[in-house]
Amino acid sequence: MLLTLPLVLAGVMVVCLTLYVVMGGADFGGGVWDLLASGPRKHQQRALIADVIGPIWEANHVWLIIVVVILFTAFPKAFSALAIGLHVPLSLMLVGVVLRGSAFTFRAYDSRRDAVQRRWGVIFAGASTVTPVLLGICAGAVASGAIGAATTGDFAARYLWPWLTGFALVTGVLTLTLFAFLAAVFLTVEAPEGALREDFRRRALGAGIALALAALALQFLARDGAPHVYEGLTRGPLAIAVQVSTALVSLACFIALVRRRYRGARVLAVVQVAMIIWGWALAQHPYIVPETLTIDAAAAPTVTLRLLVIALSVGTVILVPSLWYLFRVFRGGSAGGR
Amino acid sequence: MTDLFAARSQMAISLGFHIIFAVAGIGMPALMVIALWRRLRTAAAACRGLPQRDAKGTAILFAVGAVSGTVLSFELGLLWPQFMEWAGPIIGMPFSLEGFAFFTEAIFLGIYLYGWDRISKGAHLAAGVMVAVSGAVSGIFVVIANAWMNAPTGFEVVNGRPVNIDPIAALANDAAFTQTLHMTLAAYTACAMAVAGIHAWYVRRDPGNAFHRHALTVALIVGVPASLLQPLSGDLSARHVAKAQPAKFAAMEAHMHTSANVPFVIGGIPNAETGELRYAIEIPSALSVLMTGRADGVITGMDQIPPDERPPIAVVHFAFQLMVALGSYLMLVAAAVAFFYLRGRHVATVPWVLRALVIGAPFGMIAVEAGWVVTEVGRQPWIVHGILRTADAVTPVPGLVVPLVGFTILYVFLGVVVLALLRRQIIRAPGGELEGFVTRELRAVPPLAGD
Repeated sequence: MLLTLPLVLAGVMVVCLTLYVVMGGADFGGGVWDLLASGPRKHQQRALIADVIGPIWEANHVWLIIVVVILFTAFPKAFSALAIGLHVPLSLMLVGVVLRGSAFTFRAYDSRRDAVQRRWGVIFAGASTVTPVLLGICAGAVASGAIGAATTGDFAARYLWPWLTGFALVTGVLTLTLFAFLAAVFLTVEAPEGALREDFRRRALGAGIALALAALALQFLARDGAPHVYEGLTRGPLAIAVQVSTALVSLACFIALVRRRYRGARVLAVVQVAMIIWGWALAQHPYIVPETLTIDAAAAPTVTLRLLVIALSVGTVILVPSLWYLFRVFRGGSAGGR
Repeated sequence: MTDLFAARSQMAISLGFHIIFAVAGIGMPALMVIALWRRLRTAAAACRGLPQRDAKGTAILFAVGAVSGTVLSFELGLLWPQFMEWAGPIIGMPFSLEGFAFFTEAIFLGIYLYGWDRISKGAHLAAGVMVAVSGAVSGIFVVIANAWMNAPTGFEVVNGRPVNIDPIAALANDAAFTQTLHMTLAAYTACAMAVAGIHAWYVRRDPGNAFHRHALTVALIVGVPASLLQPLSGDLSARHVAKAQPAKFAAMEAHMHTSANVPFVIGGIPNAETGELRYAIEIPSALSVLMTGRADGVITGMDQIPPDERPPIAVVHFAFQLMVALGSYLMLVAAAVAFFYLRGRHVATVPWVLRALVIGAPFGMIAVEAGWVVTEVGRQPWIVHGILRTADAVTPVPGLVVPLVGFTILYVFLGVVVLALLRRQIIRAPGGELEGFVTRELRAVPPLAGD
């Protein structure tokens, strides 16, 4: 695998996607746990989630925009193919993105009355649950190789069936459980010692099991549902090594949770997510849209790629210290500052 | 409804919605920082509370701006995939730089909004300054990308595809300077004059209210200079458009026939079929003088533009006139404010200026929308001026009326909620931060459901 400019930018895009899933995904997962808040500490659970997400969700969300910008600048053909093939699920996902963000903010600044808070809470939590499924469906549809494949037929054949497959739907479910798992693990670290922390520990364990089941189901469906990626995931010693180590990290994360090593579990969860995404990316290589567009074929002219690398480098120099400062200021939630 | 029209409508509604919040995302942080700075420098009770209120308003408007902006970054592809495939490598640069500016804005806004007691006062103020600066910078980058659509450069077309791409040249396109200047001033004008109008309303009802008087002052510090400078930048923009986009200019001025001694027209109903403009007030030769410096200067009319390259004249002309009228109104009001200030009088003591400010509160935002219509509709039928037609850039996905209706309903809902929230929770919130300034009238407001 020669390190060409298009490949570097594809790699940067996967890095940004990983950061989006780790940070933005956990914010969505927080919404899932808001929806599923239950038991005697229902209100404390929701308050903790709101405190942790409050200062950072908008910044975390920008990773998605960076992914889109890299995609249309560096791989315009891929952007165009995805925007056409996934028009319907992407539009639906955007509705979820809009409702999630605005409902969360409205809840924070609207009246404190229970009924009002609940109304925004339901929209925030509902959108936080539906949006990851749609995002996962889009990712699954890309991996399956169905995008750009159907160029004839009626509306359903071209714009619905390519993403309404078992493989894509299960990828949607996997994404949801992944986000919920990440959020629960992060919340165990943020929660104060005691019962509230135990609540999220139980949720993290439950989501971890659901995630493992979804991953197994996906593995099972991939042989027919996403043949190119399946081959990439199973053929060759590197692929097997990635698979095995992902499984081992997942297991270690689970054990850390069982043994209440929360900080360790958080690190392992992040590693696990990164390995899942990078495993997918490696399996899909050299395609950006499997079996219709390779990374090289979709790439913009060299001058654009070179300038984009410079722009991204300059941006990173500004971004990293700013992000570090943000997370340092709000270590342990924002409750003290309100 | 054709799919092309549905796509254009969805883009118009998405942009028209987002632009309000984008403008607030540029203007509000400036007000917020000035309010905080004055709060830190003075112990006056009237200055208390305003930074927090401004911050709340900024938070709500920024969040809606952030999510509606995300929608737009996707919609560029969802609605205009051929355009993005074509233009992405050329104008991806300003978009990626905008991404980082927006990132910085989001990070420091989070720090500013939630960091009141977590960081030092100086660091907090600095975070606010970062929000204001990066907000303005991100707006500038987006407008540069739009300016490129009006003045495309930095590539050659061979067999219908762009080659020899030079993204730096595209970044430095001809329209970039005039358009970014005009839009940035528009953002400060529209946002600050809207806020000024709201507080002027409260000052009129309760002249002794120190809080609203202070808030009015802060808004005018930003709004007055911006409103006074805006017509000058508008003149620069118009000159550039006249030179580079004669079709858009002819539509703006409803100038049908190429001629000398062109009058400046006010109002009027243009008829694209007959090439007539009826019921207009004309100032003889004024447009020729403005644009060429000579009364007998020749200005290109719509008759020089091939029929299939003409924008819809009536819409562009009306929007342009509306923008100019509203901008001129705000300039005059700003001049009055400056006049009384220089004579040592605060406008809070001049009832007619206060009333004029109240009336003008929505004018800046309406002018922004109208200006956007001028530049976008005025460029039609092109999506990239003279190079790529809008009709050739639209997605092949059919049934676009469905997402159009969906997003329209969503945005109407959000718009109503935001207005209600700003009104109920911020502008007249009877919160503790206002203790001491809550006056007769404010107390008399019956509690709303939810408070």
